[in-house]
Amino acid sequence: MVRKILSVALCVAVLLFIYSPILLLVVYSFTSANVIGKWEGFSFSLYGDLFRNAEIMQILLNTVVLALVAAALSTLLGTAGAIGIFYSKKRVAAPLRGISQIPVINAEIVTAISLALLFSMVAFYRTYFSLVIGHMVLCTPFVVLSVMPKLKQMDPNIYEAALDLGAGPTTALFKVVIPQIFSGITAGFMLSITLSLDDYIVTAFTKPKTFDTISTYVYNAVKNGTNSSTPALRALSALIFVVMIAAVLILNLRVRKHSAKESAK
Amino acid sequence: MAEMKKAKLSPEPKGETSPLKKEEKIIEIVGVSKIFDDTAAVDNVSLYVRKGEFITFLGPSGCGKTTTLRMIAGFDIPTSGKILLNGKDITDLPPNKRPVNTVFQRYALFPHYNIYDNVAFGLKLKKIPVTYVNDKGETYTKMQKLTRKEIDEKVKNALAVVDLEGFEKRSVSTLSGGQQQRVAIARAIVNEPEILLLDEPLGALDLKMRKEMQIELKEMHKKLGITFIYVTHDQEEALTMSDTIVVMKDGQIQQIGTPTSIYNEPANAFVANFIGDSNLFNGTMVGAKLVRFCNHNFKCLDDFEKNEKVDVVVRPEDIKMTNADEGMLKGQVISVVFKGVHYEITVKVGKTEVVIQNTESRNVGDTIGLDILPDGIHIMKKAFTENKYDGYITKKNTVVFGDGEFECDVTQLYPGSHLDEEGYLITAEGEQLDLTDTDVKVEVGFQSIEISDNAEEGGAQGHIVSIIYKGDHYQVIVRTEENEEDYVLDTEDLWNENDFVGVKIAPENIRLTLKQEIKQK
Repeated sequence: MVRKILSVALCVAVLLFIYSPILLLVVYSFTSANVIGKWEGFSFSLYGDLFRNAEIMQILLNTVVLALVAAALSTLLGTAGAIGIFYSKKRVAAPLRGISQIPVINAEIVTAISLALLFSMVAFYRTYFSLVIGHMVLCTPFVVLSVMPKLKQMDPNIYEAALDLGAGPTTALFKVVIPQIFSGITAGFMLSITLSLDDYIVTAFTKPKTFDTISTYVYNAVKNGTNSSTPALRALSALIFVVMIAAVLILNLRVRKHSAKESAK
Repeated sequence: MAEMKKAKLSPEPKGETSPLKKEEKIIEIVGVSKIFDDTAAVDNVSLYVRKGEFITFLGPSGCGKTTTLRMIAGFDIPTSGKILLNGKDITDLPPNKRPVNTVFQRYALFPHYNIYDNVAFGLKLKKIPVTYVNDKGETYTKMQKLTRKEIDEKVKNALAVVDLEGFEKRSVSTLSGGQQQRVAIARAIVNEPEILLLDEPLGALDLKMRKEMQIELKEMHKKLGITFIYVTHDQEEALTMSDTIVVMKDGQIQQIGTPTSIYNEPANAFVANFIGDSNLFNGTMVGAKLVRFCNHNFKCLDDFEKNEKVDVVVRPEDIKMTNADEGMLKGQVISVVFKGVHYEITVKVGKTEVVIQNTESRNVGDTIGLDILPDGIHIMKKAFTENKYDGYITKKNTVVFGDGEFECDVTQLYPGSHLDEEGYLITAEGEQLDLTDTDVKVEVGFQSIEISDNAEEGGAQGHIVSIIYKGDHYQVIVRTEENEEDYVLDTEDLWNENDFVGVKIAPENIRLTLKQEIKQK
């Protein structure tokens, strides 16, 4: 019994350690004080400020649009790349696969600086275009990473069977291969969206001067410690946290339902 | 073996079931080789398939049968050689342009489609010429897709052929292995191919299901009238289903013939061993249609040159058991195993073990007589009777051949010669010769080679790739790694396949002959 209590207590302690900063933020998003630590009574006023603040709303839109564009393009590129690597000759495929994964382990700041250098040389520097390219560089390797295992799991005879039944290589690709790896493609797309949404480093180095995403805006706003010039950001952060929790819960539930269905077969 | 590759060996008259003329070749494979990473999966294979027949490629795994099938389907392109379909060269045609459909070993159904869409896959892509008459009364043809109704009709018929009526809406994962295989067959035959290729289609099914499907496939073949090319490693399956069997090993054709001819007249020891159970003996022809093995002269039906060494095959069911003193051979029963329909009785005759299949049993320890009638004895030319290599002499007067170096007696190259102290050869006429780098032909008998567990001990090293039991000894083939040179040897010891061994040959057992006159020093 004692042991059980101890183990529960330990779990709670660990969770508290991880979540207490966020909890603090959520709690203080319900008070209108400018500085965290000061409680000026419960109110929704920060949430009201947030939705009335046109600048923040614009930035939110910017961030989401950028994430969708970058994720869509990365998914296209990454899927094509994964299929290309998978169907190349062994001698070519192994090094290609290795090289395609270097950006994953490479320090993000290195990627960001090299992108900045490259764009400053070719005159795209700090345009929306360079920003999208930057995010694609960030996301594409992860799409390759999530599509590749699906290709490996696929029965290799399926593609041949499609050819055998009269399909040309393109028809076979779209009617048979893509549906087989579709879950990998979706996973890659979702991963790209999350990566792009919360990216700061690459964004900071490639974005146009007048353009901001949530990460760069928040960073600039809270640069000077806790004295945030826009307390509404606390409400925004709390909202983002809740949305993320909801997303994770929904995904988990779906997976559980799916595996229950599989095992029922 | 070269002449066997050329064409079918004595295609027997096939009775009323398949009244086919030799001209009606649907597929012709001409000198086809396929090389993967320096090894030949298929090595210069030539054969033809007659229209409407059920032909089976049979052999152990890695013999090249599936690769041959994949080249007919178009999934692999031959490294060299040609494939003709109805006389037209299709060697480089992609699979989707060939009037050929494949049934894969692991079904390869599309899991994201239901049964209907799986079967209709080919039909939806197909375009057929349709003839129209325009306003002016002229006729013209247009390539057109099949209508929904036509597709429905064809899918329904195909599913009826494989006994899966009403399964259209089911998803692939709800079907058993046998049902999935039926869908795979329906998906292929619905396109009305000229040839149906089947790559070990029953390999993943259990025994009972396999037997049922064998009968069904055979009936389907009769009903549809299209050519079936079937790949299997199961000799029983091949014997029951095929009109013609092609036995393959190491990428080469060993024998082509009807099931009966392959069973009764195997072309070599490999075929005899692979198809059915058999007793293999080393024999010698001692007269006209008279062969000696197991210390007895037997009358036989095959005629070979007198004193020729031959392989003798006797099927276990062709040996009759008699009373001890009445038989041609006499031996002691050493084991009896009940096999359901018959008993398998092993009898020791002298040093040789003979396996008999009979519905009657005997007791272990009984002494019994054995009779073999002439038509139960099949005699084959020995595949090889001697190892032959090209080699050269080294500075140290040893000889290098077959990926190894061996001590030898170089004086046999020149009658009456001897070696001087410096290692030069002095001929009978007193000439001094330097033999370094002289090219020679090397011959070594099967009995002259010893193998040893200690690989370093031998002049050459290799893995055992084949062991064939020959009654009183084993014929072992050791293959070296570097150039895949073979050493064939006879031994009484039992070795295991894949053992890494050293090859030892006594210097006096290496026979050398000069390839050409050597330069004088």
